[in-house]
Amino acid sequence: MQTLTQRLANPTRFMELSASVLPWISAAAAVIIGYGLYLAFYVAPPDYQQGETARIMFIHVPCAWLSMAVYSIIAMSAFGFLVFRHPLADVSAKAAVPLGAAFTFLALVTGSLWGRPTWGTYWVWDARLTSVLILFFLYLGLMALRSSIEDESLASKLTAILALVGIVMLPIIKFSVDFGNTLHQPASVIRVGGPTIDASLLIPLLVMAVGFTLMFVAMHLKAMRNEIMRRRVRAMQLAEVERAQAAQLAAAE
Amino acid sequence: MDLGIDLGPHASFIWSAYGVVALVIAGLIVRLVLDGREQERRLAELAARGVRRRSAGRS
Repeated sequence: MQTLTQRLANPTRFMELSASVLPWISAAAAVIIGYGLYLAFYVAPPDYQQGETARIMFIHVPCAWLSMAVYSIIAMSAFGFLVFRHPLADVSAKAAVPLGAAFTFLALVTGSLWGRPTWGTYWVWDARLTSVLILFFLYLGLMALRSSIEDESLASKLTAILALVGIVMLPIIKFSVDFGNTLHQPASVIRVGGPTIDASLLIPLLVMAVGFTLMFVAMHLKAMRNEIMRRRVRAMQLAEVERAQAAQLAAAE
Repeated sequence: MDLGIDLGPHASFIWSAYGVVALVIAGLIVRLVLDGREQERRLAELAARGVRRRSAGRS
């Protein structure tokens, strides 16, 4: 008898479920991000120290959170694939990597554009910025490793192992502002003792974070659907070739 | 850019940041939608030729 997880993780069942929820999640993400942008530009006041440039926070922080959250999903999927051998876990990991790379790239670029007017420089080689840059290279490495191996099963295994090894980056990034000499501000939302940001800035930030997270979920579901279809196409092409070879053999005999 | 908001002397940094995010996200969405259409088209082509996956049964 199948467990609930096994039933939900069945690719055919996943395609049915994702087709029904994807439009709703996409619409919810669009509405929430739209509302978040309204709050960010028309309701949130300028920061008392940084002025208007603090509005970059409303896109920089969600991208930075997602850069780490997406990696956690990739590592969990890699674990699920290596331990439980479930193909949908590999589909999830493969689909999430380019999305994680994009959000990490955006965190770096928006942080750099925020840094110039705030710190006086686009970049410093400190612990936080450098560790996020390494995370970005790790995402690129996962993509390069998978695409460089022709045997898909082997590529999936090796990519999963690299993804699990790379999870060491997450605590390094999280605590880099505490143990390193950095221009980056310390944690001000997820911290012991509660957020230090005023509610007038915190609420738009949380709205944008929820919107971006839903947007990622929608993108991830869509990318997983595409990957499942790609694998079905490959399986059908293989079946077609095998059928043609069998027919040739039969004709030769 | 003027949407009734004065973003001060650093407005170009703020608009650039939002612009890059909008461009990259739009690029991701377009790529996902086009890739989905391409896979659907290829699946439909193979199905039209009568090809079935082995896992879909040989019925």
